[in-house]
Amino acid sequence: MIDLSLAIRNLLRNRRRSFATFFALALGTAAILLFGGYRKNIEYTMHTAYVRDGGHLQIQHRDLFLYGSGNPTKYSIAGYEAIISAISRDEVLGKMVTVITPTLQFGGIASNFSAGVSRTVVGLGIVASDRNNMRTWNEFGLPRASPHFALDGAAADAAIVGTGVARVLLLCESLNIDNCPKPEEEQPASGAALPTDIAQLAAREAPRAKAAGGARIELLASSSGGAPNVVSLAIVNAERQGFKELDEIYLMLQLPQAQRLIYGRTSPKVTAIMVQIKHSGQIDEAKERLVGLLEAQARGQSLAVLDFRELNPFFVQTVQLFDTIFGFIFALIASIVLFTVGNTMSTAVMERTVEIGTIRAMGLRRRGVQRLFVVEGMLLGVAGTVSGAVFAILSSALINQMGLTWLPPGSGERLPLLMLVWGETPTIAGTTIGLILIAALSAWLPARRASRMVIVDALRHV
Amino acid sequence: MSADLEPLAVLSGVDKGYRLDSVDVPVLRGIDLLVRPAQFTVLLGPSGSGKTTLLNLVGCIDRPDKGQVMVAGRDVGPLSDDELADFRARNVGFIFQNFNLLPVLSAYENIEYPMLLAGLAPHSRAKRVSRLLEAVGLSDRAKNLPGQLSGGQRQRVAIARALALKPKLVIADEPTANLDSRTGAEILSLMRHMQKRYGISFLFSSHDRAVIGAADDTIFLKDGEIHGIRRRTIPEAPAEVVEDE
Repeated sequence: MIDLSLAIRNLLRNRRRSFATFFALALGTAAILLFGGYRKNIEYTMHTAYVRDGGHLQIQHRDLFLYGSGNPTKYSIAGYEAIISAISRDEVLGKMVTVITPTLQFGGIASNFSAGVSRTVVGLGIVASDRNNMRTWNEFGLPRASPHFALDGAAADAAIVGTGVARVLLLCESLNIDNCPKPEEEQPASGAALPTDIAQLAAREAPRAKAAGGARIELLASSSGGAPNVVSLAIVNAERQGFKELDEIYLMLQLPQAQRLIYGRTSPKVTAIMVQIKHSGQIDEAKERLVGLLEAQARGQSLAVLDFRELNPFFVQTVQLFDTIFGFIFALIASIVLFTVGNTMSTAVMERTVEIGTIRAMGLRRRGVQRLFVVEGMLLGVAGTVSGAVFAILSSALINQMGLTWLPPGSGERLPLLMLVWGETPTIAGTTIGLILIAALSAWLPARRASRMVIVDALRHV
Repeated sequence: MSADLEPLAVLSGVDKGYRLDSVDVPVLRGIDLLVRPAQFTVLLGPSGSGKTTLLNLVGCIDRPDKGQVMVAGRDVGPLSDDELADFRARNVGFIFQNFNLLPVLSAYENIEYPMLLAGLAPHSRAKRVSRLLEAVGLSDRAKNLPGQLSGGQRQRVAIARALALKPKLVIADEPTANLDSRTGAEILSLMRHMQKRYGISFLFSSHDRAVIGAADDTIFLKDGEIHGIRRRTIPEAPAEVVEDE
C-alpha cells in the first residue's frame, strides 16, 4: 500500500513530466483502439457481406472451386433436394442452420437484340426468397441491412444484372441507372453489308423485342447436353458489384429458369448448396456434421464442404492485411511507450538518487526499491491506458453517431464508417494489459539501476 | 562484561579506500575502535579525515576493504546485501546532514515509513509516531510536508525517524552542519536528550569543536587514522530510559 501511495505522490511531484507521459500513453492507447475498431468494422462488414451473399458453407462438387469456372455445370450436384431435406431434418444442423438454398452457376452470352449488343456473362440461378432471408443475417449487429432482393416475388423470367452488364448492353436508360455514361454514336459501318438472311432474321425479331417492353435480354447458354439454348429475360434491376470485372459479367435469375436453360427437360441439378448458420463460431462444428451427413446422403458424388473463407480468399487476405497493419501500429506505439516511460522513470531515478540511498540505508532491500519504481511505471501505464480506452470508447461512439460512410474495396455499396471499440473486450483488454506491461517493463530497467546503486554513492549524489 | 556493557561496535584493523579515476585513495587506515553502548560518541576531525567513511562502515552501508566490523555483537562482513538491509532496519537509525526526508511524505509519514517497512501494526505505528512527534516537539506539524518545515524542524523529524524502530545505534553525519548555530545547538541538545531518554547510542561526526562538550566519548580522526580517544564517563545504564510498546 505504501508503495502505491508513494508512487502516486511521486508521480504528482513532477506533474508536467508525468502528464506528458500519461498523455502519450492515453493517445497511444486510443489510437490503437480506434484503429482496432476500424479494423473490426471492416472485418465484420466483409464477413457479413460474404455470409449474406454465399452463406457460411457451400456444398459443391470437390473440383468446382478449382476447375469449375470454365464449365460449372460439369461439376453439378444431383439429387440436391434430398440433401437439403436431410440437412433440414438433422437434429444438430437443423438447430444451427438459418437458410439452406441451392444455386446454379453457368456461363452464357447475354444480348440486347434491339440494340445489337451482346457480351459474355456468368449466370447464377438462385431461390430469391432464400437469398432475401440470407440478407437478414446480422450476427455483428451492423446498422445497415442489405437492400431487398429484387428477384424475390418477381416473375419467373425476371433477372438482375450488374450495372456493368447493363451499361454494355445499353440498358441504363430503361433501368434508370444513374452515372451511366453513353458511348459515342457509332459510325455507320463502312465494311461489307450484313448477309441477307441474318438481316431478315434481325428485322423479324426487332418488333417482337420492342413489343415486350422494359429491359429485356436474351441469354444464350450451352445446355448440359452441349446444344445451345436461349431464354428471354426481363431485367428488373441492376446491382452494382464491387469489382468492375464482376460488374460486367454478373447476371442472376430464378433457379427454375436457369435449370430449364441448362438442363431442359432432364432432371435439374445445381452447382452448390449454400448453408447459412446462426453463428459464425459454429462453422467448424457444422462443417464436420455436414461432411458426415454427405457421406450417407450423397454416395457416389464427390462432394466437398467449403467455408466462406476458403471460397473468398480476398476476405482472409484483407483481414490479414489489417491485422498486420494493426500489429505494426501496436508495435510502433509500444515502442513509443517503452521509450517515453523509460525516459520518465530514468529521469525520476536520477532525480531521486539521494532518496534511494536514504531508504536503502533505512533498511529497504534492493527489491523494494525496484518495486517502488516499477509500481510507478505500472501506475502511469494503468492511468494512461485506461484513460485512453475510455477516450477511444467515447470518441468511437461519437464517430459512429456522425453517420459517416465509406466505399470498401470490392463493394458496390457505401457502408457506414464505424469504429467498433465498445464490446471488443479482447482488443481492449489485450491493448491495455499489453501497454501496461510494456510500461512496467520500461520502468523495470531504470528501477533495476536504482536498486543496484551503491548506498554511499547515492547519498553523496548532488 | 554484562550485556549492557558489551561494545556496540568494534572495528579491528579496518582499511577503506576509494578509487578516483585510476588512483586508489586510502581513506581509513588500520582503524581499531570500540564504540560503547548507550553513549553519545562524537567523531571529530577536519574535512577529509575519514569521519563519514567510518560512520558508513559502522552504519553498515559500506564494507571495509580489510578488517572486521562488528555491530551489536554481529560480524556484519559475511552478511548478504538483503541481510545487511534487514540488520540496518532493526539496529541502525540515520540522521543526515541534509535531513534526507522523503519530500512527498508528511512529517508523520516520514517517521512512520521505517515502521511500515518493518511491518508494524497500524495501532502500534500510530502510538509510536505520536510519541516521537511529541518528544521532538512537532505534534502540531504532523501533517506538514518537509518543504513546509524549517531546517531545524526537518532535522527534528529526521531524529524522530531515526528512532522509529528503537535502534541500538543512531548514526548522524554532521547533523548540525546545515543549521545556524542556535538551531544546531538545539538539535544537539535534542539528540542528547533523546539518547538519554531512549538509551540509544549516538555516533555522530562533526568538525565543530563546540560539540565536544556534549559528548561522552570523543574520537579524534586525522588523515584516516585515530589520533586519540577521550572517554568522559564510565559506562553505566542510562538514567532515563523510556520503553515504548
